[in-house]
Amino acid sequence: MSLVVDSVTKKFARFPALKGASFVAPQGAFVSLLGPSGSGKTTLLRILGGLEVADSGSVRFADLNWLDMPARTRNAGFVFQQYALFKHMTVADNIAFGLKVRPRDRRPSRADIAKRVTELLALVQLPGLEARYPSQLSGGQRQRVALARALAIDPRMLLLDEPFGALDAKVRKELRADLRRIHDHAGVTTVFVTHDQEEAFAVADLVAVMKDGRIEQYGTPQDVRRDPKTAFVSEFLSV
Amino acid sequence: MSRRLANPTEDPLWLKLTLGIIAVGFIAIMLLLPLVLVFKEALASGVKTFFSAMVEPDTLAAVKLSLLAAAIAVPLNTVFGIAAAWSIAKFDFRGKTFLVTLIDLPFSVSPVVAGLVYVLVFGMQGWLGPTLAGYDIRILFSLPGIVLATIFVTFPFVARELIPLMVDQGRDEEEAAATLGASGFQTFLRVTLPNIKWGLLYGILLCNARALGEFGAVSVLSGHIRGQTNTMPLHVQLLYDNYDYAGAFAVAALLAMLALLTLALKSFLEWRYADELAASHRH
Repeated sequence: MSLVVDSVTKKFARFPALKGASFVAPQGAFVSLLGPSGSGKTTLLRILGGLEVADSGSVRFADLNWLDMPARTRNAGFVFQQYALFKHMTVADNIAFGLKVRPRDRRPSRADIAKRVTELLALVQLPGLEARYPSQLSGGQRQRVALARALAIDPRMLLLDEPFGALDAKVRKELRADLRRIHDHAGVTTVFVTHDQEEAFAVADLVAVMKDGRIEQYGTPQDVRRDPKTAFVSEFLSV
Repeated sequence: MSRRLANPTEDPLWLKLTLGIIAVGFIAIMLLLPLVLVFKEALASGVKTFFSAMVEPDTLAAVKLSLLAAAIAVPLNTVFGIAAAWSIAKFDFRGKTFLVTLIDLPFSVSPVVAGLVYVLVFGMQGWLGPTLAGYDIRILFSLPGIVLATIFVTFPFVARELIPLMVDQGRDEEEAAATLGASGFQTFLRVTLPNIKWGLLYGILLCNARALGEFGAVSVLSGHIRGQTNTMPLHVQLLYDNYDYAGAFAVAALLAMLALLTLALKSFLEWRYADELAASHRH
């Protein structure tokens, strides 16, 4: 039931974004992909989410050939840096979206959906904001709604692409702690992309330091910090 | 002096006045005056003449034909326009730049040329004409020809309105919808369409205005058969050429009125939904 990423490569118009990335994470782990911009971390995350197609390599997750499945059947909640909330929908409709688009036989009743929305808003600490529109929320609140929306589908995997990149330091710290709490509560395998090493080490069980489309070092925060394997890793961590 | 310092973007009064007079004067002489004159001329020989010119059978037939052609061409171009804008904004593929250029073609090619091209394709000496005639299908000098010409000329309006809008909105919301399990059609219906509905509506209104007013391409294809294949703009010319000025200006006034109605509808929608419009522009 673990996540096995094996030699995944991806080229964009001759520019190699991923040159063979591999890592293994146990079920329910919180993995952070850490690296400077252009290191391929977002590309790897988008491949896991089904938003990009890998050129070669494989991903096995929960006994599934993950890369052969289209994004919409993977049931992987995705949180974007720029929130990507549906502007024309209320907070409640945003969160309920993934439940409302299900085929009739798997779709919860209206009452159940409303109940689920209330629970999720409580979980992300935004109770009572059901009727607001995204434009009426602060950046931090929007990202909490986006998180609730991704959790609403009971995801097999939670993927976050620099989710706190657009927020100020204080809000980042609050959200980081909340994200870890929510992860521990739901027990869902989580992959989190960031270029902020402090953030990565504070929140993750396992950190993959990336550079130029490769994973330079992979391990627990303690191991990576105590024993950097390459010059790049030690330099990146000392900044 | 102190007021000027208080507002660094304020221009001197003489400049504002000059520019203002030029702008207002240009609009008045080039746009407003002709419009007023059309209505004045239409009513010059009295209201009775105006209305009797309107209910003349050939005129009524022209009005009906124009509305019918628009009623077919506008929905088709709405579908084509959405499809073109959707594929250009949301997907990457080879030849995309070429497709964008192609969409602009009807804007750069003279409508008369477009009409002639259709004659080459569908005429009796053309590529498809004889084959279609074998099946008793008539394109030239009948409704299908008029509709084809109208579709060609008005094709860019919906697509042109939507492409920049959809490119600007990016793919984030569609990607989010996909990860949440929505199918392509659900994503289009629930996410894409609500985000573009205002641009789409403007595009449709402009497309409709142009469809009703198209002259050149339709003129080549219609054959000008009075009461049968004469659209409103063609009928105006026909009446004018026959020295029936009262009739010509009456139909011209009606055509102008339809255009004004379109503009009024657009303004009304902008006013009525101003809040929603502003909200959808905020991120």
